[in-house]
Amino acid sequence: MGHGAHHSGHSSEVQPRDPAKVKQILTVTAILGILTAIEFVLAFTMERGVILTTIFVLMTFAKTFYIVGEFMHLKYEVKILIWAIALPTMFIMWLILSQLMEATFMHEAIKEIFG
Amino acid sequence: MATAVIDEKENKALWGGDAEPLKASYGKLMMWFFLLSDALSFSGLLITYGFSRFSHDTYHGLIENFTASTKYWPVPEKVFTHIPFFHVNAPLVFVGLMTFILILSSVTMVLAVEAGHRNDKKDVQKWMLWTILGGIAFLSCQAWEWTIFIQGSSEGLTVTDPDGTIRHIFGANLIENEYGPRLFADLFFFITGFHGTHVLSGVIINILVFYNVSYGTYERIGTYEMVEKVGLYWHFVDLVWVFVFTFYYLV
Repeated sequence: MGHGAHHSGHSSEVQPRDPAKVKQILTVTAILGILTAIEFVLAFTMERGVILTTIFVLMTFAKTFYIVGEFMHLKYEVKILIWAIALPTMFIMWLILSQLMEATFMHEAIKEIFG
Repeated sequence: MATAVIDEKENKALWGGDAEPLKASYGKLMMWFFLLSDALSFSGLLITYGFSRFSHDTYHGLIENFTASTKYWPVPEKVFTHIPFFHVNAPLVFVGLMTFILILSSVTMVLAVEAGHRNDKKDVQKWMLWTILGGIAFLSCQAWEWTIFIQGSSEGLTVTDPDGTIRHIFGANLIENEYGPRLFADLFFFITGFHGTHVLSGVIINILVFYNVSYGTYERIGTYEMVEKVGLYWHFVDLVWVFVFTFYYLV
């Protein structure tokens, strides 16, 4: 009956709103909004280049952690489930990075061969 | 009989074989693995975009002096400069607005899930409805953006064909466009289109879930877990847009 305790919160009566939970959701919302606004401002104030792209990538990752961790609740799942999602995602990241490096070489090679 | 019903309710998270792998219900776990596979599809598009962009020349020079050409990849902030009803130069403002709409609809979805945990049918209905509205607003914005992109500017782009004929290109299609290389518009249609299709299916699924909530289906089963599952999908779609916003529009 261990599972009975696990689900004991799920009685069919309406329970009152938990202000702490709502506050947490609103905090994450504010963080996502602010990060997007900063990205937007940086796009117009900073010169395009490796530094700006790095900042964009890092901020996008930060937003990803908040959306996946808090909104999708992955942070609160069991460890194995977190890794089952995170590990393949890391491989995907490497796939993207390696292909982008490959593209740069392709560009140089095409220029060298066809002028 | 009454006891049997209660037992079934208490153990509904158990899979066949009376176990609950990874402490998650079957449906939620499968949604996670589906999203992982969907992430692979979107990564394919992201790689294609990066590959195409990196194998074209980049625009060197001041952004203020940028003019479109099929010879180099365009600067997105010089392409997406329109907002509805006003004839002003507002680079990326509309895309920013779309991003906020989608993030907000993600927030209302979290609130719907939270209300579901409390068995608060009225609240679930309210927040699901806001989420659906957000999704429809986003899709409408995208329809407008596509229209502007396809119609193009009144000046267009002047190109010289290999045989010497001078032509004007207005707007964009899959063969040529006035903004830059052919692949720029192709990938715009493909990436935002694929994402838009996801939003559209999300809205349809949300409407179905909203109907079930109103009909009392989840109240009768005793759990609003379906709201959680569709929530996972909706947040993923939001997340993909975060990536599209950064890598297609900003970089």
